[in-house]
Amino acid sequence: MITGQFTYFAPTTIEEAIQLLDEHGFEAKILAGGQSLIPAMRFRLSQPGVIIDINGIDGLSGIREEDGNLVIGALTRESMLEGSHLVQSRYPLLADAATVIADPVVRNMATVGGNIAHADPANDHPAVMLAYNAEVTAVGPNGARTIAIDDFFVDFFENAMEDNEILTEIRIPTPASNSGGAYIKLERKVGDYAISAVAVQLTMNGDTCIAARIALTNVNPVPMRAENAERALVGMTVTDDVIETVGEEAGAECDPSPDLRGSIDYKRDITRVLTKRAINLAIERAH
Amino acid sequence: MSKHTVTMTVNGTKYTREIESRLLLVHFIREDLELTGTHIGCDTTNCGACTVLMDGFTVKSCTVFAMTANGKSIETIEGVAQNGALHPLQEGFWEKHGLQCGYCTPGMIMSAKHLLSNNPNPTEDEIRWGLSGNLCRCTGYNKIVEAVQYAAEKMSAEQEQDA
Ligand SMILES: Cc1cc2nc3c(=O)[nH]c(=O)nc-3n(C[C@H](O)[C@H](O)[C@H](O)COP(=O)(O)OP(=O)(O)OC[C@H]3O[C@@H](n4cnc5c(N)ncnc54)[C@H](O)[C@@H]3O)c2cc1C
Ligand code: FES
Ligand code: FES
Repeated sequence: MITGQFTYFAPTTIEEAIQLLDEHGFEAKILAGGQSLIPAMRFRLSQPGVIIDINGIDGLSGIREEDGNLVIGALTRESMLEGSHLVQSRYPLLADAATVIADPVVRNMATVGGNIAHADPANDHPAVMLAYNAEVTAVGPNGARTIAIDDFFVDFFENAMEDNEILTEIRIPTPASNSGGAYIKLERKVGDYAISAVAVQLTMNGDTCIAARIALTNVNPVPMRAENAERALVGMTVTDDVIETVGEEAGAECDPSPDLRGSIDYKRDITRVLTKRAINLAIERAH
Repeated sequence: MSKHTVTMTVNGTKYTREIESRLLLVHFIREDLELTGTHIGCDTTNCGACTVLMDGFTVKSCTVFAMTANGKSIETIEGVAQNGALHPLQEGFWEKHGLQCGYCTPGMIMSAKHLLSNNPNPTEDEIRWGLSGNLCRCTGYNKIVEAVQYAAEKMSAEQEQDA
């Protein structure tokens, strides 16, 4: 299977890439790792007339801590997250996710920016970034703007960026002390998308949860926060009963579709179970 | 249709070709360069039969445009043996019966090569993890793991001798 025909550009600067996007508008697609876009083009689910390959732009890749944030360049490969000591030691929720995205070969190409920009509810980074309360930088002809992750995923495969904007970086606030996070994903085999997966990032004061964000993968048409579940957790002295209630809320508020990975009831129940496990692990890591 | 000039080094030789923008790296390797050791298994980014090294990292060449490899260095299964002598990994697959039909083998060897270059003495779990992007429908994987262990031991021993 080959893709449809397209005109190919390989800009070497962000400015050049934005100019090309601005010129070709809706017709054009950015090519990052290509691990979602190329399969979609081969199946003719996507037929862009213009491809703007950003792999040759320097400075779009890298992981660093700066002004209380972990800053991840859009072109950072998943395998770089996996190999990052900083991520492994200080951002366990992100580290958990990096090892369960696709497979080791795909992770050498797939980028963090592409994973988020694609706005695929089956992708793992959207839930992770929602739980971290991250921010995204989008750069267009009029300069850079910041988009809060809560405002980023607007619809099925649709993000809040304009056609002429490029996602350049993601910023994760460095968690406060006594914080912990975890990502737990159930997949049928390595390289499959989640049946369901749960991202939790929380802060504890003794046995009391003083802040928490919970987000879900592949059980809703749009990447979502489980806000009812969060409300059932924040401010509570955390007991097994509380965690059970939080899990039930998460299972109830998502909206999974039945498919080859399972029925609606099964996916709700798995979401309940994974939520409980992720909270327990996050609390363990917070102490 | 957009035509472009692409230049890349494959197994140490520099090639320049005129290609269509939509040409995939795997087709460039197999059809333009006639290096048919790199296989196409699934054509859907799942099986890893098409795995090659691009600047030292494994990629699924059915899911990379040849143009993205412009200026890069590619290694395929044809580049693994040196001066007519099998690489320890190739020898390991032979000695340990790491293949049956052989369809997955070129991809397996490229992934194993990448694994051993980062981790010369992997545990069994690390080998299974490192090869988890490559599917084999014949062997049940145990013999493949043994083949990689064989290569790791042989390469470590050779290195000690050199030192
Ligand atoms: C076999 C297989 C299994 C997979 N399993 C998983 C999985 O379990 N979990 C998971 O999360 N993902 C999985 N993926 C998807 C993979 O992680 C994708 O690579 C990722 O979703 C997209 O990243 P990319 O860099 O490849 O983006 P591309 O495919 O290059 O682009 C995806 C989309 O985002 C846009 N885009 C990319 N970068 C930017 C940017 N900087 N600015 C603006 N727009 C941009 C593109 O125009 C395109 O529309 C899998 C992929 C494969 C092939
Ligand atoms: S042919 Fe490329 S992954 Fe199967
Ligand atoms: S030996 Fe036949 S697929 Fe692996």
